[in-house]
Amino acid sequence: MTPWQDAASLAAAVRSGEITAVSVLTATLDRIARRDPALGAFTALVSARAMARAEALDAARAAGEALGPLAGVPFAVKNLFDVAGLPTLAGSAINRGRASATRDATLVARLEAQGAILVGALNMGEYAYDFTGENAHDGPSRNPHDLGRMSGGSSGGSGSAVAGGLVPIALGSDTNGSIRVPASLCGIFGLKPTYGRLSRAGSFPFVDSFDHLGPLARTVRDLALSYDAMQGPDPADPSCARRPVEPSLPGLEGGIGGLRIARACGYFRQGLSPEAALATDAVAHALGVTAEIEIPEAARARAAAYLITTAEGGALHLDRLRTRAEEFDPDTRDRLIAGCMTPAPLLIKAQKFRRWYQQQVLRLFDKVDAIIAPATPTTAPLLGQKLFSIGGETLPVRANLGMFTQPISFIGLPVVAVPVPEMGAARLPIGVQVIAAPWREDICLRIARHLEQHGVARAPRPVE
Amino acid sequence: MTDDELDRLIDAQAALLGFSIRPDWREAIRANLRVTLRFGAMVDTFELPDEAEPAPVFAA
Repeated sequence: MTPWQDAASLAAAVRSGEITAVSVLTATLDRIARRDPALGAFTALVSARAMARAEALDAARAAGEALGPLAGVPFAVKNLFDVAGLPTLAGSAINRGRASATRDATLVARLEAQGAILVGALNMGEYAYDFTGENAHDGPSRNPHDLGRMSGGSSGGSGSAVAGGLVPIALGSDTNGSIRVPASLCGIFGLKPTYGRLSRAGSFPFVDSFDHLGPLARTVRDLALSYDAMQGPDPADPSCARRPVEPSLPGLEGGIGGLRIARACGYFRQGLSPEAALATDAVAHALGVTAEIEIPEAARARAAAYLITTAEGGALHLDRLRTRAEEFDPDTRDRLIAGCMTPAPLLIKAQKFRRWYQQQVLRLFDKVDAIIAPATPTTAPLLGQKLFSIGGETLPVRANLGMFTQPISFIGLPVVAVPVPEMGAARLPIGVQVIAAPWREDICLRIARHLEQHGVARAPRPVE
Repeated sequence: MTDDELDRLIDAQAALLGFSIRPDWREAIRANLRVTLRFGAMVDTFELPDEAEPAPVFAA
């Protein structure tokens, strides 16, 4: 195997006996030991547990048992997922004092039930209130395409680990863009499913009514494979929909014939770097998209998402802000304290606006099956960079990397972020969002697969 | 709002909520609160009917 082998072919090789799960895991742990000191993706490894699972898989195969579709595939999770035996950090110093989790998060258990092997927990922005991938406690997770640049956040370690060839699949969370932003900056595929599709049981929350979990991978097939393995209702998460598993893999190669696709205009055409505009142009061209569609009041939707996030996030951490404020990452602490001061009438108006906005946007899907829009306004900023210039305006990086993702997760629509490689003078990747109606992840994945097949979207391999 | 007005708001809310705010945190808190209020004004100026239902527990 190579560090760049995809999960689907790895699992096939393990199932056929061409390679063993132990050899895959050993190579993965060696790779992490060599490369992660530069990337800063991992905060904990569970090597002994992983080796025990790999040995059990190999023994099961030797005994003639059928192995699952993810047999022997190493994966890692953002450190807000519960992993039995580890405290669930959620990127914080404060949570290091928590008791270790006694069981795995539902999604970890579901991937392992299909044969995947958890190898560790990943770095992230503190308490997920972040778009940069920086962390004052663990150091930044770095962009594999340029170690001096941001991975994007808050699932920064997930982006670094997958783009850097440490694991083929990682899980992240996305409240306002925290899967799609690192997918964009690191040049990999990321799926934020419909709100309520995947169980959040056993994960540390941020903003309950926005929080989503999902996979990041270097191929669309791996994204679909892991997504299918994690679907299904879960009584342990009251927000998880009681929908049956709707597998996306069988229709993945279905192409785009018959799909009505439009490009988001208005808000999504403004404040773009040349690289973001070119990437969206390239995706539109490859899909034959000429129609444009206005997502109404997208700027106000972003504003309302910001209000709800800062207020709910602040309220979640109210006691910790009172008693342990010095222990927060300063960038997180100051935002959360301000969030606690959000006037209540504005928060309630934001929730009322949310319903109105959802009704308007859902009507668009009478006319189109999918909408494409940029994922981030720029390619990866430099680590530590506080401001960037977009469309002649100087804006804070931390708050604005998610300006195009926030209006979409605000109403829980499914999105695949697809990477367009080698944009601009720095030859960095940048993502484009493929957005569909609720519960139509299959459409997002089909379109992403079409773009991958035609070479427009692909996860570039970093130079090491 | 001016910086002084924002500082008075921060001081009053900090007392109410039980926060001890160090002087070197103030500038960032003020900047974040200014963004909150700017975005709040965008939401506030959008007319919605009295019957508009909020969506605090969301179902897609």
